[in-house]
Amino acid sequence: MIKFLGACSQVLSVYIYLMPKIIFNTHDNKTHTVDIQNGLTVMEGAVQNDIPGIDADCGGGMACATCHVYVDEDWFQKLPQKDDGEEDMLDMAFEPKKNSRLSCQIIVSDELDGLVVNIPSKQS
Amino acid sequence: MNKTDALIIGAGPTGLFTAHQLKLIGLDCEIVDNLDKIGGQCIELYPDKPIYDIPAVPECTGEELTNNLIEQIKPFNIKTHLGERVDEVKKDGENWFVKTNQGKTFLTPNVIIAGGVGSFEPRKFPPKECEKFENKSIFYSVKDKTIFEGKTVSIFGGGDSALDWAVELSKSSKVNLIHRRDDFRGAQATVDKVHDLAKSGKINLYTKYQLTNVHGGNNLESIDIKHDSKEIKTIKTDFALGFFGLIMQLGPIADWGLNIDKKTVTVDTEKFETNQKGIYAVGDICSYPGKLKLILSGFHEGALAARACFKLARPNEKYRFEFTTSSKTIKDRLGVKSD
Repeated sequence: MIKFLGACSQVLSVYIYLMPKIIFNTHDNKTHTVDIQNGLTVMEGAVQNDIPGIDADCGGGMACATCHVYVDEDWFQKLPQKDDGEEDMLDMAFEPKKNSRLSCQIIVSDELDGLVVNIPSKQS
Repeated sequence: MNKTDALIIGAGPTGLFTAHQLKLIGLDCEIVDNLDKIGGQCIELYPDKPIYDIPAVPECTGEELTNNLIEQIKPFNIKTHLGERVDEVKKDGENWFVKTNQGKTFLTPNVIIAGGVGSFEPRKFPPKECEKFENKSIFYSVKDKTIFEGKTVSIFGGGDSALDWAVELSKSSKVNLIHRRDDFRGAQATVDKVHDLAKSGKINLYTKYQLTNVHGGNNLESIDIKHDSKEIKTIKTDFALGFFGLIMQLGPIADWGLNIDKKTVTVDTEKFETNQKGIYAVGDICSYPGKLKLILSGFHEGALAARACFKLARPNEKYRFEFTTSSKTIKDRLGVKSD
C-alpha cells in the first residue's frame, strides 16, 4: 500500500515537474515564475498564483481588457495569432503596445514553456 | 427619503431576480444602478453574445436574458433608480441609511449588493496630467455638444462612440480622430463615412497614434501623440474626448466597512450576509468557499438573501415557504388567476 502511494506520489511529482513555466515580470521589476497546467490560460495561471497586476474582471470572457500583458518580443511571434475580438478589446486596454495581448486568450501548452510576459503598470 | 424593505444595488440579472424573489415573498424593494439602463454586465459587456448555461434556456443573448427578467418582474412594478451610484451606506438605528451620488436617500433594514465587479466607469487617458482638465477640456462622454462649436476637438478611440462623434462634430468643429491602429471596430457604414470625411479634409485622421501628454493652463491647449514608430506630434486642440468603453470599479463599496477580498465581498452561504447585519452580497461580487461566477449562482444567492431579508423587514411575522404553482397569495401578488 505504502509502495503504491509512493509510486503514486512519484508519478505526481514527475507530472508537476513537466508543467510549463510561465514567467511574469511585474511593473515593480519583480519576476514571478509559476508552473501552469497545460490547457489553462495564462490569465488563469496568474490569478491562481496571486500574480499582482492581473485583474481579469470579466473572468476570461474577452470583455474587459484587464488581464492585459506585454509579451516578450521573442515570444510574441511564436504565439497563435489574436482574433479580431481580442484586438478590439485591446483598443480599450491601458497603454496598449504592439506586443500587447490579453492573457486570457493565451492557452498554456508545452510549446509555451518559458514564455515571458510583462505586466503593465495598471489595468485601467 | 425613500423607505423600503430592501434596497438592491445593481440591476444586472442577479439584482433583477433578487427583486423578483423579494416581491414574491411579499416584501417591497427598490433597485439602484449606476448605468443608465437595466441589465448590468449582460447589457454593457455582451448584449449580443450568446449564453449557453442558463437552466432551461439552451441559448440566449445577454439582451434577451435581461428582457426576460424584466418581463418576469413586470407584475411587481418595481421602482428602479438608474444613473445613480450608491456612495454612502451607514447605520441609522435598526436601519441602513443609503445615499446616491445624485443625492437620493433611502432608509431600509436590508441592503443587497448585486453589483457585479462594482460600478461601470469610463476608462480614462493614461497620462496623469489629464485629470486636471477633466470635465473642462477633457471628456469621456458628451452631454452638451454645443460647447464644441467652432473649436478643435481631438477624439480618441476606434469604436462606434468615437466614430459617431467624429462624424457628428465634424459638421461644426475641426475634428482630429486618433486611434492606435488602422482598423476601426465600429459599424462598417460609419467607418466608411469617416474615411470619406477624412478624404475631403473634414476629419484629420491619425492612426497608430496614442496620447502621451497634454499641455495647457486652465484649459487644454495642445496634446502630444506618439506614433508606433516613436515619432511624436504636438497638435493644438481645445478639447480631447476619450472613448475607450467602460471599466468596472469597486468604488465606494470599499468604504462601507465590509470584509473585502480581491475586489469581492465575503459572505456566509446561508443568508449571503456580509460581516454587517442586514447587508448582503449576491452574484459576481460575493465570495465564499466554492463560489462560481455564474448567473445561475447569482439567482440562488439572491433567493436565499431575499428570505433572510424577511426577518429584518417583518420581525413580528413568520416566513412561510410556498410554491408559486400552488400558493394563492403568491398568485395574487403576481396578478395571475388562481385555479
